[in-house]
Amino acid sequence: MLKLEKRPQPSRAWTYLTPVLAVVVTMLAGGALFAMLGNDPVEAIRTIFWEPLFGEFASYYRPQLLVKAGPLILIAIGLSLGFRAGIWNIGAEGQYIIGAITGAAVGLAFYPVDLWVIFPLMILAGALGGWVWAMIPGLLKVRFGTNEILVSLMLVYVAEQLLAKMALGLLRNPEGRGFPGSRNLQQYPAAHNAEIITGTGMHWGVVAAFIAVIFAYVLLSRHILGHQIQLAGQAPRAARFAGVNPARLTLICLGLSGALAGMAGMFEVSGPAGQISIDFNVGYGFTAIIVAFLGRLHPVGIALAGLLMALTYIGGEIAELNLSLPAAAIQMFQGMLLFFLLAVDVLTNYRVRLRTAEVA
Amino acid sequence: MTGALLTISGLTKAYPGVVANDDVSFDIREGEVHALLGENGAGKSTLVKMIYGLVRPDSGEMQLRGAPFAPAEPRAARAAGVAMVFQHFSLFDAMSVAENIALGMEKPPRLRDLAHRIREVSETYGLPLDPYRTVGGLSAGERQRVEIIRCLLQDPRLLIMDEPTSVLTPQEVDILFQTLRKLTAEGVAILYISHKLEEIRALCDRATILRHGRNVGTCVPSQTTARAMAEMMVGASFAAPARAPHATGAVALDVTGLSMPAPDAFGTALRNIHLQLHEGEILGVGGVAGNGQDELLAALSGERRSTGDAIRLRGRPIGRLGPNARRDLGLLTAPEERLGHAAAPEMSLTENVLLTAARRQNLVSHGFLRWPAARRFAGQVITAFDVRTPGPETAARALSGGNLQKFVIGREVLQQPGILIVNQPTWGVDAAAAAAIRQALLDLAANGTAILCISQDLDELIEISDRFAALNEGRLSEAHATRDLSLEEIGLMMGGAHGMEVAHA
Amino acid sequence: MDLSSISPTLLLASLIVAATPILLAALGELVVERAGVLNLGVEGMMITGAICGFAIAVNTGSPALGFVMAAVGGAALALLFALLTQVALANQVASGLALTLFGLGLSALLGQGYVGIKPPPTGKLDIPMLSDLPFLGRVVFGHDLMVYIALALVAAVWATLKYTRAGLILRAVGENHDAAHALGYKVVRVRILAILFGGACAGLGGAYISLVRVPQWTDGMTAGAGWIALALVVFASWKAGRVLLGAWLFGGITVLQLNLQAAGAAIPVEYLSMSPYLITILVLVIMSADKSRAPASLGRTFHASQ
Repeated sequence: MLKLEKRPQPSRAWTYLTPVLAVVVTMLAGGALFAMLGNDPVEAIRTIFWEPLFGEFASYYRPQLLVKAGPLILIAIGLSLGFRAGIWNIGAEGQYIIGAITGAAVGLAFYPVDLWVIFPLMILAGALGGWVWAMIPGLLKVRFGTNEILVSLMLVYVAEQLLAKMALGLLRNPEGRGFPGSRNLQQYPAAHNAEIITGTGMHWGVVAAFIAVIFAYVLLSRHILGHQIQLAGQAPRAARFAGVNPARLTLICLGLSGALAGMAGMFEVSGPAGQISIDFNVGYGFTAIIVAFLGRLHPVGIALAGLLMALTYIGGEIAELNLSLPAAAIQMFQGMLLFFLLAVDVLTNYRVRLRTAEVA
Repeated sequence: MTGALLTISGLTKAYPGVVANDDVSFDIREGEVHALLGENGAGKSTLVKMIYGLVRPDSGEMQLRGAPFAPAEPRAARAAGVAMVFQHFSLFDAMSVAENIALGMEKPPRLRDLAHRIREVSETYGLPLDPYRTVGGLSAGERQRVEIIRCLLQDPRLLIMDEPTSVLTPQEVDILFQTLRKLTAEGVAILYISHKLEEIRALCDRATILRHGRNVGTCVPSQTTARAMAEMMVGASFAAPARAPHATGAVALDVTGLSMPAPDAFGTALRNIHLQLHEGEILGVGGVAGNGQDELLAALSGERRSTGDAIRLRGRPIGRLGPNARRDLGLLTAPEERLGHAAAPEMSLTENVLLTAARRQNLVSHGFLRWPAARRFAGQVITAFDVRTPGPETAARALSGGNLQKFVIGREVLQQPGILIVNQPTWGVDAAAAAAIRQALLDLAANGTAILCISQDLDELIEISDRFAALNEGRLSEAHATRDLSLEEIGLMMGGAHGMEVAHA
Repeated sequence: MDLSSISPTLLLASLIVAATPILLAALGELVVERAGVLNLGVEGMMITGAICGFAIAVNTGSPALGFVMAAVGGAALALLFALLTQVALANQVASGLALTLFGLGLSALLGQGYVGIKPPPTGKLDIPMLSDLPFLGRVVFGHDLMVYIALALVAAVWATLKYTRAGLILRAVGENHDAAHALGYKVVRVRILAILFGGACAGLGGAYISLVRVPQWTDGMTAGAGWIALALVVFASWKAGRVLLGAWLFGGITVLQLNLQAAGAAIPVEYLSMSPYLITILVLVIMSADKSRAPASLGRTFHASQ
């Protein structure tokens, strides 16, 4: 009979090992899944994890890695601060959309003026948009005690409707012959979030993501606010005893994660996506939740997890092309990863003991 | 007195790192009150859990009236006639008394019939109780009655009581003892767990004493001195706290007309509290659990804000200040709940000193943490208070209750507070650690610190406090010099407006 | 805009249909939360139920069998959640989110071949005489069996929680799991059963969307219904009767905004479409003033040795 026994201290070794173990188990289970779909499991896993990096067309795929990891990491860093404090913003997708709308709107408002200040203004507007959208659940929680999980999530659906309205209405390209969607910002140099070094996929959003990683690392390991965030998450009563103002912390965490998600949306719309369209959002805000957990809510871990998750996105696309593996399979693969991670996480805090039936 | 009801022989139970019970043997006779005596951590709880079927022994056996007795679960124990009143009541706050009692029975009758039986039993044994009241609104004494009646409705042969008097006023204790004597007269055996020696001498027929999981002897309490039993329990004698005579100084903390609504549905409102705390004195605040102790501490620590004027620190209104602003002024606090309130369980001791000492000990500069300084201060606390731990990087939850309590108190004491508020400073702590903590408080007061000690342990307050006041339903009595008070007067102060006369009228 | 095109009879009848999926899901979640577990995976279990029910109904031609398998599918997914939170002691919030993300992916994968197909129709219960009554016949007696099953389930859950021993034990576990354990009740077993029941209910609710309400299969077709069901439990203060009230309220809003869209109201379609979500938020704000009814152990992990 298996028995769980609480460890006196969380195991440090398992803290690092569990994400790796989860990835391995997911590969095995995913392989089995792909086999059931009639694919060669080894080939499928190889296509997803190997092809984008070292395959025939790696030079094309590698830059995509940063393009996809950038927004994931940026959003996940923000989310991780809240998750550590026990504040569950799961509506990053909505904040991402609103950031894209406000960022793009500022850029489009200047069209076709060419000024250097436009792009920084767009970043600010994107961050502000995401911040405002996250402040709605924040203020409602602080003022009325409303559950932030449900409110932030409801606002995703509201944001999607707003996005549709914008793509079809206010922000529609006047020269677009009535097609939905805004002007393409890639063709407006002052507002274009272009690659900084050609062929690397490195755009300003990726830079922002790495700045966010460093910022979060310093915050969590060296700053009193980081200590308070962790304290509030682990022992809310002790946090109040230590003088932490829970309302203030809620607003800081939600605001920060909203602003980062909004920025991510803005970098995406002005760069890789190019325009506000009905189907602009592809679920980065939700995948970032997986990234945050897979990275153990640790900034460096999140950077690695973001890259890994980006890899599965690209690998999934290749597998869709080469092996006609359905796109949904990758979505499920990512969900499975979070599942297994949570399951093996038990090893960090508990010791599993094998016990023979005892004689009483 | 007849033969043995329950015979325990060679019970052993080990947990990783500790042997909770090591070859324990004794017997309980029908109709006797048998005391199980021992310090915290001596293995009393584990032993009782084995009898009640919550824990299965590694080896050894039990016999109930000569038949082998090995309950696999509490249900089996209850079916065999074993009932238990828990120390931390196993009650459901949002449910009614009758529902709570139904949950403790195998085949409860319909709720209306059950309510009728509850009334019957409560009258027979002098434990008045309304079956339809919500348990969350009951006092500690009333909650215990729910537990006792839950047991009595099953006609138990053996009733286990785990520290039953820790939540009662002296008068309520008398009522409980009368009920228990009535039960033993009917042939029910009672296993009575306690570490209060005088109580055991007054009530129990025999006592078995546990130390470090071993049975170190059985005695007849009425023929044994308290001192002898204490030595058996502790194993060695230790110094009782010494008190240096000293004068008290000016008023350090002045609370006038402090009132606060209850923090939640089952909390207590503070009503018009007045108190003056002088430099160099220890003011003891007694009272039964749940009469506003936590709420008073929260109001004084700054976790809950009041009007500015209600609390003054050396004349300065501080009622609106938060915990850190009060710490800056020299007012430090140590709450009752160690894990989750005074300390974060998953964090290391180094991280835990930051909770209260960040600013006073210069552990932060411009918002950035000075980890080496924090580690050094944690080390100082560990050394000065003899905290047994591998080092400051150990997680708080890995420490034993006594060691963590020494750490929590030490963290405040080493910051040289002008005013120190503590709640239950030695709760659940072994005798040696408790003595060390009390000594630290006395030394601090001798150096001029004003100390407010909230405690439910009357012996403790009598031992260390200069003046004594009692909390009752959120009201604080007037304070009197402790040495002028008799135990009975203290009991009346604690009882306040409690409905004592209803019981055993 | 032509308001006269909105018929009150049809409006009320479709209100009851629109309310049924969230009613079923919320009822299941209510039982789960009364047992002290917060399962945020309702959306994932609903969509899994939606595709399971749809696929089985299409392949066998039997909607009834479809509903049964939808319940099984929802419960199977819930079992994963139960294993994670009750056996591996994982965080309930994170596990619930994982369940939703996983369920969305799984359903999209399973539903690949089913886009654009029409399921076999779920028969309406035609009660002679009653169904022919003017107004009432259409509103009250003109529905399919699932509507009445859902209503019966409300009554059953209400009575079970209030009057039976099983309900008493379930509430005890949700109120104070340590005390329930001390009294010898199997906390983990009770909770796993509650979670499975919640999953089955969510699965039924999902299948009702894909088989009756829409009826067809599209990716992510539950569109937040699972989250609205979660909000409904808060709205209902964890009481079965009030879940019914809340479900009708939300059903009414959904139907009304759809009717307004169809009638060509002056309000843009997007704003009408977001109204159910905005009203959910509004209701949450109003209801969050009273937290006292929530089960005391809600969302806390239970480990016997502690």
